[in-house]
Amino acid sequence: MARLAGYRDETPTVRTLVLDVEGWPGHLPGQHVDVRLTAEDGYRAQRSYSLAGPDSGERIELTVERLPDGEVSPYLTEVFSVGDPVEVRGPVGGWFVWRPAATEPVLLVAGGVGLVPLMAMLRARRQAGSRVPFRLVYSVRSPAEVLYTGELRQPQPGVDISYVYTREAPEGFPRPPGRISVADVNSGGWPPEFEPTCFVCGPTGFVEAVADMLVALGHDPSRVKTERFGPTGG
Amino acid sequence: MTSERAEWGRHQVDSEMYEDGNALAGPLGEIFTMDVTVAVSRCAGCGLAGPVARLHVYRHAPGWVARCPACEGVVLRLVRGPDSAWLDLTGAVSLRLPMPTL
Repeated sequence: MARLAGYRDETPTVRTLVLDVEGWPGHLPGQHVDVRLTAEDGYRAQRSYSLAGPDSGERIELTVERLPDGEVSPYLTEVFSVGDPVEVRGPVGGWFVWRPAATEPVLLVAGGVGLVPLMAMLRARRQAGSRVPFRLVYSVRSPAEVLYTGELRQPQPGVDISYVYTREAPEGFPRPPGRISVADVNSGGWPPEFEPTCFVCGPTGFVEAVADMLVALGHDPSRVKTERFGPTGG
Repeated sequence: MTSERAEWGRHQVDSEMYEDGNALAGPLGEIFTMDVTVAVSRCAGCGLAGPVARLHVYRHAPGWVARCPACEGVVLRLVRGPDSAWLDLTGAVSLRLPMPTL
């Protein structure tokens, strides 16, 4: 059982929940938890959310996007208050993870709130004092929907970030708004000869497209790890 | 035009309605002590071997249905009932699980 210790609104529709979980065993960046809500009539709804922060004792962070027709996310982002309990199971998933002891370069490609588990990797890198070179290609609809704005703006040695705006770009941004392309992945990523580990997270169509681009650019499919959001994200 | 729309609609359903096998980590974690999503499964349909985390998982059924990313054959099905879980592995020839060295 977890309890809400605090929250931060990242955008008008995305909130980061800070939870205290007694007996939390620790986790790796990229892992997720299953959150289960039980209504008074016994009806249950369960959703998976990525852990947004690196391991830090019994405190975890989840970043949740409110989906208007969702069953779970409107509750978690609007009703769920400090001190309230919620059932959290995890951490789970040992495949889509970055281990701070790893030495190969890393490419992160995020679509929208798909940034969350990748942000956990960036934060874990900083926490571990790792000098592994990271690149992040972050595809987002508009500047207003960028998550963790302040934190991403702070330069970090060894971390390059490039943005792809799909609907609306900031004034003077050289790239016109549009869907992510091979050119974006190519210029914002690593040459395949560097043998980077690539983590791609976002909606299913986005992940599918980017994973295909990476393989077409010559990346070994076994080094392209993906996490798709399903249709029941709400 | 109508058939084109239908075709497009079906394509949307096919490509948008699944998640990665990663999503099975929680439900399978309720049954197994180890993380089965890192195991390598071999598809009984086409023989493709790959991590369970790479299967395509559909959950708009009374449970989870994991399909082969190559041939879309069903590899694994899991239904969690009130007091029991059903795990159907008919579509998997084998599961290779990483273990500590003997």
